[in-house]
Amino acid sequence: MATGQIESWAGTIADIGPMYPFVGTEMIWVIAGVVFWLAWHVIQAKKESREWEEDLRKFGGKQLPGEEYFDH
Amino acid sequence: MDNELASLTVIFTEFYYWVTIPLMFLIHVGFCMYEVGASRWRNHMHTLMKNTMLIPLVTVTFYFFGWWIYFAFPNGPWITGELLSAPWAEPWNELMGTHMGGPPAGSDITADDTAFWARINGVFWAAFLLFSWTAASIVSGSVIERIRPTAFWILAVLIGSFCWIIDAAWGWHPDGWMVQVLGYHDAYASGVIHAIAGGFALGILIVLGPRINKFRADGTPRNINPQNPWMVTLGLFIIYVGFWGFYVACNVPIIDIQSGDGVFYSATNIYLGPTTLSAITFNFLMSLSGGLLMAYLVSNGDAFWTYSGGLAGIITASAGNDLYHPVQAMLIGAVGCWVAYKMHFWVERKFKIDDAVGAVAVHGYAGFLGVVIAGFMLWGYPASPNPEYAHINPLGNFIGAIIMFGVLGFLPGYVGARILHGFGILRVPKEIELAGLDLGEIHNRALDKQELAEAREATERELTGAK
Repeated sequence: MATGQIESWAGTIADIGPMYPFVGTEMIWVIAGVVFWLAWHVIQAKKESREWEEDLRKFGGKQLPGEEYFDH
Repeated sequence: MDNELASLTVIFTEFYYWVTIPLMFLIHVGFCMYEVGASRWRNHMHTLMKNTMLIPLVTVTFYFFGWWIYFAFPNGPWITGELLSAPWAEPWNELMGTHMGGPPAGSDITADDTAFWARINGVFWAAFLLFSWTAASIVSGSVIERIRPTAFWILAVLIGSFCWIIDAAWGWHPDGWMVQVLGYHDAYASGVIHAIAGGFALGILIVLGPRINKFRADGTPRNINPQNPWMVTLGLFIIYVGFWGFYVACNVPIIDIQSGDGVFYSATNIYLGPTTLSAITFNFLMSLSGGLLMAYLVSNGDAFWTYSGGLAGIITASAGNDLYHPVQAMLIGAVGCWVAYKMHFWVERKFKIDDAVGAVAVHGYAGFLGVVIAGFMLWGYPASPNPEYAHINPLGNFIGAIIMFGVLGFLPGYVGARILHGFGILRVPKEIELAGLDLGEIHNRALDKQELAEAREATERELTGAK
Protein backbone atom coordinates (compact mmCIF):
# COMPACT_ATOMS: atom_id res chain seq x y z
CA MET A 1 0.00 0.00 0.00
CA ALA A 2 1.33 3.43 -0.92
CA THR A 3 -0.65 6.65 -1.02
CA GLY A 4 1.99 8.56 -2.98
CA GLN A 5 4.21 8.11 -6.00
CA ILE A 6 7.49 8.34 -4.12
CA GLU A 7 9.05 5.11 -2.97
CA SER A 8 12.63 6.27 -2.45
CA TRP A 9 14.63 9.52 -2.25
CA ALA A 10 17.55 7.80 -3.96
CA GLY A 11 16.44 8.50 -7.52
CA THR A 12 16.87 11.69 -9.55
CA ILE A 13 15.37 14.49 -7.47
CA ALA A 14 14.79 16.61 -10.56
CA ASP A 15 12.27 14.04 -11.71
CA ILE A 16 10.07 14.49 -8.65
CA GLY A 17 6.87 16.40 -9.28
CA PRO A 18 3.93 16.51 -6.87
CA MET A 19 4.80 15.01 -3.49
CA TYR A 20 1.50 14.91 -1.64
CA PRO A 21 -0.53 11.73 -1.29
CA PHE A 22 -3.37 10.73 -3.61
CA VAL A 23 -2.15 12.71 -6.64
CA GLY A 24 -4.95 12.89 -9.18
CA THR A 25 -7.74 13.27 -6.62
CA GLU A 26 -7.25 17.00 -6.05
CA MET A 27 -10.68 18.00 -7.32
CA ILE A 28 -12.40 15.80 -4.74
CA TRP A 29 -10.41 17.40 -1.93
CA VAL A 30 -11.19 20.87 -3.21
CA ILE A 31 -14.92 20.12 -3.39
CA ALA A 32 -14.82 18.77 0.16
CA GLY A 33 -12.96 21.89 1.26
CA VAL A 34 -15.45 24.25 -0.37
CA VAL A 35 -18.36 22.36 1.18
CA PHE A 36 -16.67 22.63 4.59
CA TRP A 37 -16.18 26.39 4.14
CA LEU A 38 -19.78 27.06 3.06
CA ALA A 39 -21.19 24.77 5.74
CA TRP A 40 -19.17 26.66 8.33
CA HIS A 41 -20.89 29.93 7.42
CA VAL A 42 -24.35 28.32 7.54
CA ILE A 43 -23.79 26.54 10.86
CA GLN A 44 -22.16 29.60 12.44
CA ALA A 45 -24.98 31.88 11.33
CA LYS A 46 -27.61 29.55 12.77
CA LYS A 47 -25.73 29.19 16.05
CA GLU A 48 -25.32 32.94 16.31
CA SER A 49 -29.02 33.56 15.69
CA ARG A 50 -29.94 31.01 18.34
CA GLU A 51 -27.56 32.62 20.82
CA TRP A 52 -28.93 36.11 20.24
CA GLU A 53 -32.49 34.81 20.64
CA GLU A 54 -31.56 32.99 23.82
CA ASP A 55 -29.90 36.08 25.26
CA LEU A 56 -32.86 38.23 24.36
CA ARG A 57 -35.13 35.71 26.06
CA LYS A 58 -32.96 35.87 29.19
CA PHE A 59 -33.20 39.64 29.26
CA GLY A 60 -36.94 39.00 29.53
CA GLY A 61 -37.97 41.88 27.32
CA LYS A 62 -37.04 44.37 29.98
CA GLN A 63 -35.99 47.66 28.55
CA LEU A 64 -32.37 48.31 29.23
CA PRO A 65 -31.20 51.72 30.25
CA GLY A 66 -30.51 53.92 27.29
CA GLU A 67 -32.74 52.08 24.90
CA GLU A 68 -34.58 55.28 24.18
CA TYR A 69 -31.32 56.60 22.70
CA PHE A 70 -31.26 53.88 20.08
CA ASP A 71 -31.52 55.85 16.90
CA HIS A 72 -30.82 53.33 14.16
CA MET B 1 17.88 23.87 -10.00
CA ASP B 2 20.84 22.19 -11.64
CA ASN B 3 23.43 24.93 -11.11
CA GLU B 4 24.34 26.89 -8.01
CA LEU B 5 23.58 30.38 -9.28
CA ALA B 6 20.11 29.51 -10.57
CA SER B 7 19.36 27.56 -7.39
CA LEU B 8 20.52 30.41 -5.16
CA THR B 9 18.37 32.89 -7.07
CA VAL B 10 15.26 30.73 -6.79
CA ILE B 11 15.79 29.72 -3.17
CA PHE B 12 16.66 33.30 -2.18
CA THR B 13 13.42 34.48 -3.77
CA GLU B 14 11.47 31.72 -2.03
CA PHE B 15 13.09 32.58 1.31
CA TYR B 16 12.64 36.32 0.75
CA TYR B 17 8.86 36.04 0.40
CA TRP B 18 8.69 33.52 3.21
CA VAL B 19 10.31 36.04 5.56
CA THR B 20 7.76 38.69 4.65
CA ILE B 21 4.94 36.45 5.83
CA PRO B 22 5.68 36.29 9.59
CA LEU B 23 6.55 40.00 9.44
CA MET B 24 3.16 40.78 7.91
CA PHE B 25 1.50 38.47 10.41
CA LEU B 26 2.42 41.13 12.94
CA ILE B 27 0.06 43.53 11.17
CA HIS B 28 -2.78 41.29 12.20
CA VAL B 29 -1.50 40.99 15.74
CA GLY B 30 -1.36 44.77 15.86
CA PHE B 31 -4.84 45.19 14.44
CA CYS B 32 -6.28 42.79 17.01
CA MET B 33 -4.61 44.62 19.90
CA TYR B 34 -5.62 47.97 18.49
CA GLU B 35 -9.27 47.02 18.03
CA VAL B 36 -9.63 45.29 21.37
CA GLY B 37 -8.01 48.26 23.08
CA ALA B 38 -10.37 50.64 21.29
CA SER B 39 -13.48 48.67 22.20
CA ARG B 40 -15.27 48.86 25.54
CA TRP B 41 -14.74 46.10 28.09
CA ARG B 42 -18.05 44.39 27.44
CA ASN B 43 -17.17 43.95 23.76
CA HIS B 44 -13.54 42.84 24.03
CA MET B 45 -13.90 39.16 23.21
CA HIS B 46 -16.37 39.75 20.41
CA THR B 47 -14.03 42.29 18.88
CA LEU B 48 -11.08 39.93 19.14
CA MET B 49 -12.86 36.93 17.64
CA LYS B 50 -14.40 38.97 14.86
CA ASN B 51 -10.96 39.93 13.64
CA THR B 52 -9.31 36.60 14.41
CA MET B 53 -11.73 34.45 12.46
CA LEU B 54 -11.26 36.42 9.28
CA ILE B 55 -7.83 34.76 9.16
CA PRO B 56 -9.05 31.24 8.32
CA LEU B 57 -12.00 32.43 6.26
CA VAL B 58 -9.99 34.71 4.01
CA THR B 59 -7.17 32.15 3.84
CA VAL B 60 -9.28 29.28 2.56
CA THR B 61 -11.23 31.43 0.12
CA PHE B 62 -8.05 33.03 -1.15
CA TYR B 63 -6.83 29.50 -1.78
CA PHE B 64 -10.07 28.46 -3.48
CA PHE B 65 -10.45 31.43 -5.81
CA GLY B 66 -8.57 34.60 -4.79
CA TRP B 67 -5.18 33.56 -6.08
CA TRP B 68 -6.60 32.48 -9.42
CA ILE B 69 -8.34 35.85 -9.84
CA TYR B 70 -5.01 37.67 -9.68
CA PHE B 71 -3.66 35.84 -12.70
CA ALA B 72 -6.90 35.45 -14.64
CA PHE B 73 -8.30 39.00 -14.37
CA PRO B 74 -5.56 41.43 -15.55
CA ASN B 75 -7.60 42.19 -18.67
CA GLY B 76 -10.72 42.91 -16.65
CA PRO B 77 -11.75 40.46 -18.09
CA TRP B 78 -13.28 41.91 -21.24
CA ILE B 79 -11.92 45.43 -20.70
CA THR B 80 -8.73 44.93 -22.70
CA GLY B 81 -8.97 41.22 -23.38
CA GLU B 82 -10.20 37.81 -22.34
CA LEU B 83 -9.97 35.88 -19.10
CA LEU B 84 -6.41 34.57 -18.90
CA SER B 85 -5.43 30.98 -18.30
CA ALA B 86 -3.68 30.46 -14.95
CA PRO B 87 -3.65 26.75 -14.19
CA TRP B 88 -0.91 27.03 -11.54
CA ALA B 89 -3.29 29.09 -9.39
CA GLU B 90 -6.31 26.81 -9.64
CA PRO B 91 -6.95 25.16 -6.27
CA TRP B 92 -6.95 21.65 -7.73
CA ASN B 93 -3.67 22.14 -9.59
CA GLU B 94 -0.64 20.16 -8.49
CA LEU B 95 1.37 23.39 -8.20
CA MET B 96 -0.95 24.47 -5.38
CA GLY B 97 0.60 21.69 -3.31
CA THR B 98 3.93 20.21 -2.31
CA HIS B 99 6.00 19.96 -5.47
CA MET B 100 9.69 19.60 -6.31
CA GLY B 101 9.41 21.17 -9.74
CA GLY B 102 9.89 17.99 -11.77
CA PRO B 103 7.74 16.91 -14.69
CA PRO B 104 4.04 17.64 -14.21
CA ALA B 105 1.69 14.80 -13.37
CA GLY B 106 -1.20 16.44 -15.23
CA SER B 107 -1.51 17.75 -18.74
CA ASP B 108 -2.71 21.30 -17.94
CA ILE B 109 0.74 22.64 -17.06
CA THR B 110 4.16 22.43 -18.67
CA ALA B 111 7.60 21.54 -17.38
CA ASP B 112 8.41 25.27 -17.48
CA ASP B 113 5.42 25.95 -15.24
CA THR B 114 6.55 23.43 -12.65
CA ALA B 115 10.15 24.61 -12.77
CA PHE B 116 9.09 28.23 -12.16
CA TRP B 117 6.18 27.89 -9.76
CA ALA B 118 7.03 24.89 -7.59
CA ARG B 119 9.08 26.94 -5.11
CA ILE B 120 7.42 30.30 -5.54
CA ASN B 121 3.71 29.59 -5.68
CA GLY B 122 3.10 29.01 -1.98
CA VAL B 123 5.18 31.89 -0.64
CA PHE B 124 3.92 34.31 -3.29
CA TRP B 125 0.34 33.20 -2.55
CA ALA B 126 0.89 33.75 1.15
CA ALA B 127 2.44 37.18 0.65
CA PHE B 128 -0.67 38.25 -1.26
CA LEU B 129 -2.88 36.50 1.27
CA LEU B 130 -1.47 38.58 4.10
CA PHE B 131 -2.50 41.67 2.13
CA SER B 132 -5.97 40.12 1.96
CA TRP B 133 -6.09 39.81 5.72
CA THR B 134 -4.96 43.40 6.03
CA ALA B 135 -7.70 44.64 3.72
CA ALA B 136 -10.36 42.85 5.76
CA SER B 137 -8.76 43.82 9.06
CA ILE B 138 -8.79 47.51 8.15
CA VAL B 139 -12.56 47.23 7.72
CA SER B 140 -12.92 45.28 10.96
CA GLY B 141 -11.80 48.15 13.16
CA SER B 142 -14.25 50.67 11.84
CA VAL B 143 -17.35 48.54 12.51
CA ILE B 144 -16.60 47.32 16.03
CA GLU B 145 -19.19 46.99 18.77
CA ARG B 146 -22.28 46.63 16.59
CA ILE B 147 -21.75 44.45 13.51
CA ARG B 148 -22.78 40.81 13.67
CA PRO B 149 -19.90 38.38 13.18
CA THR B 150 -21.94 36.47 10.58
CA ALA B 151 -22.19 39.58 8.45
CA PHE B 152 -18.65 40.75 9.00
CA TRP B 153 -17.13 37.44 7.98
CA ILE B 154 -19.09 37.38 4.73
CA LEU B 155 -17.94 40.93 4.04
CA ALA B 156 -14.37 39.98 4.97
CA VAL B 157 -14.38 37.26 2.32
CA LEU B 158 -15.84 39.73 -0.17
CA ILE B 159 -13.07 42.31 0.33
CA GLY B 160 -10.25 39.90 1.19
CA SER B 161 -10.64 37.25 -1.46
CA PHE B 162 -12.54 39.04 -4.18
CA CYS B 163 -12.57 42.85 -4.40
CA TRP B 164 -8.99 43.62 -3.46
CA ILE B 165 -7.49 40.89 -5.60
CA ILE B 166 -9.46 42.14 -8.60
CA ASP B 167 -7.93 45.55 -8.06
CA ALA B 168 -4.53 43.90 -7.74
CA ALA B 169 -5.06 42.13 -11.07
CA TRP B 170 -6.09 45.43 -12.65
CA GLY B 171 -3.63 47.87 -11.12
CA TRP B 172 -0.94 45.88 -9.33
CA HIS B 173 0.04 43.34 -11.96
CA PRO B 174 2.74 44.03 -14.56
CA ASP B 175 0.14 43.53 -17.29
CA GLY B 176 -2.96 44.82 -15.53
CA TRP B 177 -5.26 46.81 -17.81
CA MET B 178 -5.00 49.89 -15.58
CA VAL B 179 -1.21 49.81 -15.92
CA GLN B 180 -1.44 49.33 -19.66
CA VAL B 181 -4.11 51.91 -20.43
CA LEU B 182 -4.07 54.43 -17.58
CA GLY B 183 -0.39 54.27 -16.64
CA TYR B 184 -1.58 53.50 -13.10
CA HIS B 185 1.24 53.45 -10.57
CA ASP B 186 0.80 52.40 -6.96
CA ALA B 187 3.99 50.62 -5.95
CA TYR B 188 3.28 50.05 -2.23
CA ALA B 189 -0.50 49.88 -2.45
CA SER B 190 -1.85 53.28 -1.35
CA GLY B 191 -4.89 52.55 -3.45
CA VAL B 192 -4.65 48.84 -4.04
CA ILE B 193 -4.98 47.97 -0.35
CA HIS B 194 -5.67 51.11 1.66
CA ALA B 195 -8.06 53.14 -0.47
CA ILE B 196 -10.13 50.10 -1.36
CA ALA B 197 -10.38 48.97 2.26
CA GLY B 198 -11.26 52.48 3.41
CA GLY B 199 -13.91 52.82 0.72
CA PHE B 200 -15.32 49.40 1.55
CA ALA B 201 -15.52 50.32 5.24
CA LEU B 202 -17.28 53.58 4.44
CA GLY B 203 -19.86 51.74 2.35
CA ILE B 204 -20.63 49.42 5.25
CA LEU B 205 -20.68 52.19 7.84
CA ILE B 206 -23.36 54.12 5.97
CA VAL B 207 -25.68 51.13 6.14
CA LEU B 208 -24.60 49.90 9.56
CA GLY B 209 -25.05 53.20 11.36
CA PRO B 210 -23.26 54.55 14.43
CA ARG B 211 -22.83 52.87 17.80
CA ILE B 212 -25.65 53.60 20.20
CA ASN B 213 -25.02 56.86 21.95
CA LYS B 214 -22.22 57.94 19.61
CA PHE B 215 -24.13 61.07 18.64
CA ARG B 216 -26.03 63.36 20.96
CA ALA B 217 -29.62 64.33 20.29
CA ASP B 218 -28.41 67.50 18.58
CA GLY B 219 -26.21 65.43 16.26
CA THR B 220 -22.84 66.35 17.70
CA PRO B 221 -20.49 63.39 18.12
CA ARG B 222 -19.39 62.02 21.46
CA ASN B 223 -15.82 60.84 21.78
CA ILE B 224 -15.88 57.19 22.85
CA ASN B 225 -12.39 56.89 24.24
CA PRO B 226 -10.37 53.69 23.89
CA GLN B 227 -10.80 51.40 26.89
CA ASN B 228 -7.07 50.67 26.90
CA PRO B 229 -5.01 53.41 25.25
CA TRP B 230 -1.74 51.62 25.93
CA MET B 231 -2.93 48.52 24.09
CA VAL B 232 -4.09 50.67 21.18
CA THR B 233 -0.76 52.41 20.81
CA LEU B 234 1.20 49.20 21.23
CA GLY B 235 -0.99 47.61 18.56
CA LEU B 236 -0.24 50.47 16.20
CA PHE B 237 3.48 50.14 16.94
CA ILE B 238 3.27 46.47 15.99
CA ILE B 239 1.47 47.40 12.79
CA TYR B 240 4.47 49.63 11.96
CA VAL B 241 6.73 46.58 12.33
CA GLY B 242 4.48 44.47 10.15
CA PHE B 243 4.38 47.24 7.59
CA TRP B 244 8.05 46.53 6.84
CA GLY B 245 7.07 43.07 5.72
CA PHE B 246 4.32 44.58 3.63
CA TYR B 247 6.81 46.82 1.84
CA VAL B 248 9.29 44.02 1.29
CA ALA B 249 6.58 41.77 -0.11
CA CYS B 250 5.69 44.41 -2.68
CA ASN B 251 9.05 43.85 -4.39
CA VAL B 252 10.52 41.19 -6.59
CA PRO B 253 13.89 40.69 -4.89
CA ILE B 254 16.17 39.65 -7.74
CA ILE B 255 15.52 39.60 -11.44
CA ASP B 256 17.34 40.52 -14.64
CA ILE B 257 15.89 43.89 -15.60
CA GLN B 258 18.16 44.69 -18.54
CA SER B 259 16.19 44.91 -21.73
CA GLY B 260 17.98 43.91 -24.93
CA ASP B 261 21.58 42.72 -24.66
CA GLY B 262 23.34 42.40 -21.34
CA VAL B 263 22.32 41.39 -17.86
CA PHE B 264 21.55 43.53 -14.80
CA TYR B 265 20.11 42.01 -11.66
CA SER B 266 18.12 44.18 -9.30
CA ALA B 267 15.12 44.29 -7.04
CA THR B 268 12.01 45.65 -8.72
CA ASN B 269 8.62 46.92 -7.74
CA ILE B 270 5.54 44.80 -8.43
CA TYR B 271 5.43 46.13 -12.00
CA LEU B 272 8.97 44.81 -12.57
CA GLY B 273 10.27 48.39 -12.71
CA PRO B 274 13.65 48.99 -11.07
CA THR B 275 13.97 50.09 -7.45
CA THR B 276 16.17 49.22 -4.49
CA LEU B 277 15.52 48.06 -0.95
CA SER B 278 17.67 50.97 0.11
CA ALA B 279 15.31 53.45 -1.57
CA ILE B 280 12.21 52.07 0.07
CA THR B 281 13.92 52.00 3.44
CA PHE B 282 14.69 55.71 3.17
CA ASN B 283 11.16 56.48 2.08
CA PHE B 284 9.33 54.25 4.50
CA LEU B 285 10.99 55.89 7.48
CA MET B 286 10.78 59.41 6.13
CA SER B 287 7.09 59.15 5.28
CA LEU B 288 6.41 57.60 8.68
CA SER B 289 8.21 60.53 10.24
CA GLY B 290 6.32 63.08 8.18
CA GLY B 291 3.06 61.54 9.28
CA LEU B 292 4.04 61.37 12.94
CA LEU B 293 5.29 64.96 13.03
CA MET B 294 2.16 66.33 11.41
CA ALA B 295 -0.18 64.16 13.46
CA TYR B 296 1.36 65.27 16.73
CA LEU B 297 0.85 68.90 15.77
CA VAL B 298 -2.63 68.63 14.35
CA SER B 299 -3.98 66.41 17.14
CA ASN B 300 -2.26 68.34 19.93
CA GLY B 301 -0.24 65.31 20.91
CA ASP B 302 -3.12 62.84 21.08
CA ALA B 303 -1.44 59.42 21.21
CA PHE B 304 -4.09 57.56 19.23
CA TRP B 305 -4.02 60.04 16.38
CA THR B 306 -0.26 60.52 16.46
CA TYR B 307 0.32 56.81 15.93
CA SER B 308 -2.44 56.61 13.32
CA GLY B 309 -0.92 59.65 11.63
CA GLY B 310 2.36 57.76 11.23
CA LEU B 311 0.45 55.11 9.34
CA ALA B 312 -1.35 57.74 7.27
CA GLY B 313 2.02 59.23 6.36
CA ILE B 314 3.36 55.94 5.04
CA ILE B 315 0.11 55.16 3.26
CA THR B 316 0.01 58.50 1.47
CA ALA B 317 3.56 58.20 0.18
CA SER B 318 3.34 54.50 -0.63
CA ALA B 319 2.09 54.83 -4.19
CA GLY B 320 5.38 56.42 -5.24
CA ASN B 321 7.78 55.34 -2.53
CA ASP B 322 9.75 53.26 -5.03
CA LEU B 323 10.88 56.45 -6.75
CA TYR B 324 10.40 59.47 -4.46
CA HIS B 325 13.22 61.37 -2.82
CA PRO B 326 13.09 60.79 0.95
CA VAL B 327 12.24 64.41 1.72
CA GLN B 328 9.44 64.28 -0.82
CA ALA B 329 8.17 61.16 0.93
CA MET B 330 8.29 62.96 4.28
CA LEU B 331 6.35 65.99 3.07
CA ILE B 332 3.79 63.89 1.19
CA GLY B 333 3.32 61.84 4.34
CA ALA B 334 2.73 64.98 6.36
CA VAL B 335 0.17 66.34 3.90
CA GLY B 336 -1.67 63.03 3.78
CA CYS B 337 -1.82 62.84 7.52
CA TRP B 338 -3.25 66.36 7.81
CA VAL B 339 -5.92 65.62 5.20
CA ALA B 340 -6.87 62.29 6.79
CA TYR B 341 -7.22 63.87 10.25
CA LYS B 342 -9.32 66.79 9.06
CA MET B 343 -11.46 64.63 6.79
CA HIS B 344 -12.21 62.15 9.58
CA PHE B 345 -13.76 64.74 11.87
CA TRP B 346 -15.47 66.64 9.08
CA VAL B 347 -17.16 63.48 7.74
CA GLU B 348 -18.06 62.41 11.28
CA ARG B 349 -19.78 65.73 12.03
CA LYS B 350 -21.32 66.27 8.61
CA PHE B 351 -22.58 62.78 7.76
CA LYS B 352 -22.80 61.17 11.23
CA ILE B 353 -20.41 58.40 10.23
CA ASP B 354 -19.09 56.50 13.23
CA ASP B 355 -15.73 55.13 12.13
CA ALA B 356 -14.59 53.76 15.48
CA VAL B 357 -10.86 53.71 14.73
CA GLY B 358 -10.53 56.26 11.95
CA ALA B 359 -9.82 53.52 9.39
CA VAL B 360 -11.68 55.23 6.55
CA ALA B 361 -9.54 58.32 7.05
CA VAL B 362 -6.15 56.75 7.72
CA HIS B 363 -6.45 54.13 4.97
CA GLY B 364 -9.16 55.38 2.64
CA TYR B 365 -8.63 59.12 2.31
CA ALA B 366 -4.85 58.96 2.75
CA GLY B 367 -4.63 56.09 0.24
CA PHE B 368 -6.79 57.90 -2.29
CA LEU B 369 -4.74 61.06 -1.92
CA GLY B 370 -1.50 59.11 -2.18
CA VAL B 371 -2.46 57.68 -5.55
CA VAL B 372 -3.48 61.11 -6.83
CA ILE B 373 -0.24 62.73 -5.63
CA ALA B 374 1.85 59.99 -7.28
CA GLY B 375 0.17 60.78 -10.59
CA PHE B 376 1.53 64.34 -10.40
CA MET B 377 4.88 63.60 -8.79
CA LEU B 378 5.79 60.80 -11.20
CA TRP B 379 4.19 62.33 -14.29
CA GLY B 380 5.92 60.98 -17.41
CA TYR B 381 7.70 58.06 -15.75
CA PRO B 382 7.14 54.67 -17.38
CA ALA B 383 4.46 52.72 -15.55
CA SER B 384 5.99 49.47 -16.73
CA PRO B 385 9.14 48.17 -18.44
CA ASN B 386 6.87 47.41 -21.40
CA PRO B 387 7.41 50.42 -23.71
CA GLU B 388 3.97 49.99 -25.24
CA TYR B 389 2.15 50.74 -21.99
CA ALA B 390 1.00 54.20 -20.91
CA HIS B 391 3.21 56.45 -18.81
CA ILE B 392 2.29 57.60 -15.32
CA ASN B 393 0.04 60.67 -15.45
CA PRO B 394 -2.28 62.61 -13.12
CA LEU B 395 -5.52 61.68 -14.87
CA GLY B 396 -4.68 57.99 -15.02
CA ASN B 397 -3.88 57.84 -11.32
CA PHE B 398 -6.94 59.96 -10.43
CA ILE B 399 -9.21 57.58 -12.34
CA GLY B 400 -7.35 54.73 -10.69
CA ALA B 401 -7.96 56.19 -7.24
CA ILE B 402 -11.68 56.44 -7.99
CA ILE B 403 -11.73 52.82 -9.16
CA MET B 404 -9.94 51.67 -6.02
CA PHE B 405 -11.87 53.70 -3.43
CA GLY B 406 -15.22 53.94 -5.16
CA VAL B 407 -15.82 51.19 -7.69
CA LEU B 408 -14.06 48.27 -6.02
CA GLY B 409 -14.24 49.55 -2.43
CA PHE B 410 -17.22 51.68 -1.52
CA LEU B 411 -19.71 50.13 -3.95
CA PRO B 412 -19.29 46.45 -3.00
CA GLY B 413 -19.16 47.40 0.70
CA TYR B 414 -22.39 49.37 0.45
CA VAL B 415 -24.23 46.80 -1.67
CA GLY B 416 -22.98 43.89 0.44
CA ALA B 417 -24.06 45.60 3.65
CA ARG B 418 -27.44 46.48 2.12
CA ILE B 419 -28.06 42.84 1.22
CA LEU B 420 -27.07 41.63 4.68
CA HIS B 421 -29.20 44.35 6.24
CA GLY B 422 -32.09 43.16 4.07
CA PHE B 423 -31.70 39.69 5.54
CA GLY B 424 -31.66 41.21 9.01
CA ILE B 425 -28.20 39.91 9.88
CA LEU B 426 -26.03 43.00 9.61
CA ARG B 427 -26.33 44.47 13.08
CA VAL B 428 -26.58 42.98 16.54
CA PRO B 429 -29.91 43.39 18.34
CA LYS B 430 -30.04 46.69 20.21
CA GLU B 431 -30.52 45.04 23.60
CA ILE B 432 -27.37 43.00 23.07
CA GLU B 433 -25.43 46.04 21.91
CA LEU B 434 -26.41 47.94 25.01
CA ALA B 435 -25.69 45.10 27.39
CA GLY B 436 -22.44 44.23 25.67
CA LEU B 437 -21.72 41.81 22.86
CA ASP B 438 -19.66 39.51 25.01
CA LEU B 439 -22.68 38.63 27.10
CA GLY B 440 -24.19 37.21 23.95
CA GLU B 441 -21.11 35.22 23.11
CA ILE B 442 -20.42 33.46 26.38
CA HIS B 443 -21.26 29.86 25.78
CA ASN B 444 -22.27 27.00 27.99
CA ARG B 445 -23.35 28.95 31.00
CA ALA B 446 -26.21 31.14 31.96
CA LEU B 447 -25.82 34.85 32.32
CA ASP B 448 -26.00 35.73 35.97
CA LYS B 449 -27.66 38.69 37.57
CA GLN B 450 -24.38 40.32 38.43
CA GLU B 451 -23.22 40.35 34.81
CA LEU B 452 -26.47 41.88 33.67
CA ALA B 453 -26.40 44.42 36.46
CA GLU B 454 -22.84 45.40 35.56
CA ALA B 455 -23.79 45.80 31.91
CA ARG B 456 -26.75 47.97 32.77
CA GLU B 457 -24.66 50.03 35.16
CA ALA B 458 -21.97 50.55 32.53
CA THR B 459 -24.52 51.59 29.96
CA GLU B 460 -26.05 54.07 32.35
CA ARG B 461 -22.62 55.44 33.12
CA GLU B 462 -21.90 56.01 29.47
CA LEU B 463 -25.26 57.53 28.75
CA THR B 464 -24.99 59.99 31.56
CA GLY B 465 -21.34 60.70 30.88
CA ALA B 466 -20.43 59.77 34.43
CA LYS B 467 -17.09 58.20 35.14
